[in-house]
Amino acid sequence: MESSISETETALVAALRAGEPAAYERLVREYGGRILAVCERLLFNKEDARDAVQETFLSAFRSLDSFDGRSQFATWLHRIAVNASLMKLRTKRRHPEQSIDELLPTFQSDGHRSNPGSRWTNSAAEISEQHETQQLIREKIESLPDSYRNVLILRDIEELDTETVAEMLELSPGAVKVRLHRARQALRTLLEPIFGGSSK
Amino acid sequence: MTCHDALNFLDDYLDGNLPWGQRLAFGLHLGLCRPCRDYLDGYRKTIEASRKALSEQAVVTCEQLPEEMVQAILAARSQTPHIE
Repeated sequence: MESSISETETALVAALRAGEPAAYERLVREYGGRILAVCERLLFNKEDARDAVQETFLSAFRSLDSFDGRSQFATWLHRIAVNASLMKLRTKRRHPEQSIDELLPTFQSDGHRSNPGSRWTNSAAEISEQHETQQLIREKIESLPDSYRNVLILRDIEELDTETVAEMLELSPGAVKVRLHRARQALRTLLEPIFGGSSK
Repeated sequence: MTCHDALNFLDDYLDGNLPWGQRLAFGLHLGLCRPCRDYLDGYRKTIEASRKALSEQAVVTCEQLPEEMVQAILAARSQTPHIE
């Protein structure tokens, strides 16, 4: 459960609302790196991420009055950054999404899997220690269609709950759960060669 | 419970949201089905690896916002009258 705003954050918000220039600068310097990281994770493009960071802070400055202190200030800012990134993605979406059906498990009529694949021999920690492999994993995540990748990142990486993600993406909670499951399954198939399983 | 059923229950199982009866059936199926155990193992590793790959990227990014970006944001704010 989110804790409420700290004394330090309370003082910062008060200074922002009073229009103190130093408070704006402090906000940008203190939270900017984290916000850039969020935007880069969602957008996979440094230039777009920088635009989204700027929009995040300008949006936060404009809507300071809507911050009610029930959540941490960082959480409030994080959600603005996610929304700014999603907005950027919506404006850039140009082509129909590809189906991920071929990346999902298939089953025989008796319910057994058609192609069970092989056992993954490496641990996630072992695999992720290598810089090149981390880059490869990021590329596989990026290759997922937007509608699946966004749900996966918001739920598994940004650790937002299903209801919050549903609200942000204008989906039902059930649809978020289905997309998350399909996204994880598709990504599992894409990562199988990296983890020592059979390639597909 | 078939493999098809078991794979549909993965997220609820991992989140601890399976009702007692289904959890028992899921556990029994896993005990008997090596391919489903392997699938679950890979499913967990997928979540863990993607989290780690994007978090490690964040550590690099997170340290500091480039100075030109800080200045650009502050300049944009001062040029937007209704934010003042």
